[in-house]
Amino acid sequence: MEVEAKIREKAKELLESKAVDVVIGFEKGTLPLRSTPAFIRDSSETDRLVWNSFCENNLATYLNKLKGQKVAIVAKGCDSRSVVALAVERQIKREDVFVIGVPCRGMLDRRRIEEAVGFEILSALESDGKLVVKSVDSERTLDREDFLFPSCRSCRHRNPVIYDFLAGEKVEESEVDEFELVREFESKPPEERWEYFKKAFEDCLRCYACREACPFCYCEECFVDSSRPKWIEKGLDETDVQIWHIVRAYHHAGRCVDCGACERACPMGIDLRFLTQKLNKDVKELFGFETGLDPSVQPPLSTFSLQDPDDFK
Amino acid sequence: MKKIIEKAKFADFVGTLLSDYEVFAPVKNENGLVLFSRISSPEEIFLDFRNSKKPPKEFLFPQVETLFEYEPGKVKVPSVEAIAQRRLFLCVRPCDVKSFLILDEVFDTEEFQDVYYVTRRRNTTILAMGCVDPPSTCFCTTFDEMGPFSREGADAFLVDIGDRFLIETLTERGESLPLESLPDASDEDVQTAEDVEKKAVEKVDRKLELSKLGEKLDGMFESPFWDALHEKCLTCGVCTYLCPTCHCFDISDEALDSKGRRVRNWDSCMFPLFTLQASGHNPRPTSKERMRQRIMHKFNYFYKNYGVYACVGCGRCVENCPVNLDIRKVLEGILSL
Repeated sequence: MEVEAKIREKAKELLESKAVDVVIGFEKGTLPLRSTPAFIRDSSETDRLVWNSFCENNLATYLNKLKGQKVAIVAKGCDSRSVVALAVERQIKREDVFVIGVPCRGMLDRRRIEEAVGFEILSALESDGKLVVKSVDSERTLDREDFLFPSCRSCRHRNPVIYDFLAGEKVEESEVDEFELVREFESKPPEERWEYFKKAFEDCLRCYACREACPFCYCEECFVDSSRPKWIEKGLDETDVQIWHIVRAYHHAGRCVDCGACERACPMGIDLRFLTQKLNKDVKELFGFETGLDPSVQPPLSTFSLQDPDDFK
Repeated sequence: MKKIIEKAKFADFVGTLLSDYEVFAPVKNENGLVLFSRISSPEEIFLDFRNSKKPPKEFLFPQVETLFEYEPGKVKVPSVEAIAQRRLFLCVRPCDVKSFLILDEVFDTEEFQDVYYVTRRRNTTILAMGCVDPPSTCFCTTFDEMGPFSREGADAFLVDIGDRFLIETLTERGESLPLESLPDASDEDVQTAEDVEKKAVEKVDRKLELSKLGEKLDGMFESPFWDALHEKCLTCGVCTYLCPTCHCFDISDEALDSKGRRVRNWDSCMFPLFTLQASGHNPRPTSKERMRQRIMHKFNYFYKNYGVYACVGCGRCVENCPVNLDIRKVLEGILSL
């Protein structure tokens, strides 16, 4: 895998020259269809790094925990936008982060793959757009395009928007209408939308995997943990659960890069992006802004312009 | 006794259970998740599952439990009678059954009994079901006397032998299940069940050797092992909330003006507020201390206090961790030090 070799080579070079203290990338996971975040500090360990269609985590979330260290990060298109946006929000210093950009064709949804084949997958092999999955006595070949994560299917930024090193050939960007599902949803009557929302969040456990997986949930005290004032309770009362998700979505308006890390982290498979997608669309339409594309532009909710739309007057 | 329930007649059997007990069984919900739920008809049961997404602990130790309600001049304590109904947990896996015995160590001790947990526990009959095809994430055989067909803690036990279930009663409570009209199991049935069991036990081959674990952990509090381990942990609560044996809780007052209630909610050692002191100091400020605590609690302190590990090898944390932080790999790492 050429990309993988380039990542390893670059990582080794960066660590040997002490240009960085740590390289954050991916290594082989303990389950098939899974790679796992890796923190490499020793140049002799860079062969642990892998690149494949199971590198689903947004590693930018770890930048919030490594302030003050010089970090290299393996970044897909969406992850690179997170890096830009975190620098704009002054959470990281751009010069402290070395971005190993990787053009991405989308990551594969292992839950849907397992559901589709109906057996427990014990090994998986990717090649040339195909995925071969096996159990002890069964085997299936799948088209990877059929099993992309929803966030990957609507991705318009497969190539890293910034990078200090590009570990592969740029890929063709998709012209997909990223807000197609939002438009479809918007056209439904309010009662139907409310029913969908209620149903979607019924299974929420308040585990906060969504919050922790997101690079932009870096508040020292999340509003749910505030006790003076106490905004919402910690239990499973449906209004508390609903407010948690509505407010979290609003806190991400103008800050979400739609990487889908929240949705993938959720153990209950909740459709989390349908709220943030809508806000991303609103921000794009009202302010002409997309998160993490231009390091010189402030996010619209942290600044103002006299040209801002004010049709509420 | 050993009886047979034809799969075609299983719904009828569940129907008789429903007239005697509140029945909690695996159900596939509208969002496609398999969860233990209270059923009102046999058709709701979904048995084509490895294990439920959430463990059944919530039916003994609810995620939200009201301790009392108050308004000026009045305090209302929930009645124990209201939760003392006869209940049946149906088709629970042996790992989850074992978890109840582990939770008992905490909530039902000689000195202290959590009246709500104990009332539910003592009114619950457990009809467990063996795992014919344990997934590769399971490691229950690591723990003493545990396995996909372990009967420990069950009142009766179901074995799937094709077109029928073998049901074996194990306790007095199990004997009192409505089984009289069922045919006895033949020798052939019993043999088939034994073969199924043998195959399943062999399948759970990720068996860790834990005898030196306590010794290793005793010397490891300041070990650099934790420095590397914790970095990818997101400190979310997935592992703790999906764990059948995790039992930490937080007490909170939910009030509006002068009326309110005091509740007990599940808590997680991974959350930022856990061990946060009123002074603002937190002895476990980062994921390093929290991950160390999780491992120490489950595999050292709990074992020393109660003689059993606070883990049943169900693999839910392995399957659901958003960053694939695998507790089996952690244990193997510790054992290899």
